[in-house]
Amino acid sequence: MSHKVVTTVNGRRYEHEVEPRLLLVHHLRDNLGLTGTHIGCDTTQCGACTILLDGQAVKSCNLFAVQAEGRSLTTIEGMAKDGQLHPIQQAFWDEHGLQCGYCTPGFIMAAAYLLAENPNPTEDDIRRGFEGNLCRCTGYVNIIKAVQTAARTMGGAEAKPATQAAERRA
Amino acid sequence: MIPAAFEYARASSVEEASSLLNRFGEGAKVLAGGHSLVPLMRLRLAQPKALVDINGIKDLDYVKADGSRLRIGALTRHVTIQRSKVVRDNLPILAEVAGEIGDNQVRNLGTIGGVVAYADAAGDYPTIALMLDADIVTNQRTIPAEDFFQDLFTTPLAPDEIVTEVVFPVASGPHKYIKFRRRLFDWAIVGAAAQKLNGGWRIGLTNVGPTPVRAKAVEDALQKGAKPEEAAEHASDGLEPADDLRANPEYKKHLARVLTRRAIQQAE
Repeated sequence: MSHKVVTTVNGRRYEHEVEPRLLLVHHLRDNLGLTGTHIGCDTTQCGACTILLDGQAVKSCNLFAVQAEGRSLTTIEGMAKDGQLHPIQQAFWDEHGLQCGYCTPGFIMAAAYLLAENPNPTEDDIRRGFEGNLCRCTGYVNIIKAVQTAARTMGGAEAKPATQAAERRA
Repeated sequence: MIPAAFEYARASSVEEASSLLNRFGEGAKVLAGGHSLVPLMRLRLAQPKALVDINGIKDLDYVKADGSRLRIGALTRHVTIQRSKVVRDNLPILAEVAGEIGDNQVRNLGTIGGVVAYADAAGDYPTIALMLDADIVTNQRTIPAEDFFQDLFTTPLAPDEIVTEVVFPVASGPHKYIKFRRRLFDWAIVGAAAQKLNGGWRIGLTNVGPTPVRAKAVEDALQKGAKPEEAAEHASDGLEPADDLRANPEYKKHLARVLTRRAIQQAE
């Protein structure tokens, strides 16, 4: 039996009928066309599918789409605004915080959560904050630099993804 | 991978969840944080016929100090336990254990009730619950932790029975939990916990058998005045840990002794 799921993703409302077994990550990618959220493993370890669920970082491969009913989600597509990269994205660009780039959307969403919780993290805080994200290229050094740079450019302000900004305007 | 098909229903109260479990009958499972269940479903090692989603039962998400007891609602997320001032003041070892589970993303969803009900030998909270004589409260009864963890993934829970609360004694004295693993987000290869309570020591071990283990021989030796390094030699008495991908039984027994010694020494 299918279930109706209404979600707000990156500030936009979506309504779909889904099977209970549909994973949230597949819903985002296949039904909503938001393919920036990647699937890197089948064991909830790699963190490539990290998104924000009502502001909290979660692995979207470990939730069913039906569980997102009524919730507000932010994916990597919701970070840039008005053609401007989010400061975290800009910092990953400037510090070359990626190699192949496959894990990058998950790292950026995990970084958004990390900086929202702790706007001035130490290097150790950042390393701990990324315990749930794997970079197969092992490009961690520049990823950590990118988060430090983002923390500086955001002036210790909380990471505000586009949805939350849109909600504030509404 | 895609899980096998199942029916799905949301419960907004414990009563509703219990009646849904009854209605779906055998093969229905409770969905809380889902961080053990969903990976198993994706690998099709678990194929429940139906899931009853209890994430909407908001009154199961709480931390309360109640005299000499600390009451934690079953749906309380690891991140809440990790950061809770009430937990840090009343049972700091539990906040530290919560912070060692999984990673940020896992801690944002995983629940204490889920870990307890799943009864994985590598679960961390069950060790603390067992060694401190916690009570597992369900919608039907109160079960002492020593009667709850019966075997690997085996508890006395009936098919329509739901864990609603875990009740710990307050203990704010010296304590330490050491979780030995290769990567931060991993399960423990072996874990050792030490907590001073009512003038004595409580010692618990994770992943050295099918259930959590209370190392009474170590507790007794400490009570008789043995030094930590002497007492900890008893940590592997009677243990028969399973051979798994991470370690063989001899190595786990070695870790039980070493980590127990460190936990006692570092707690002091």
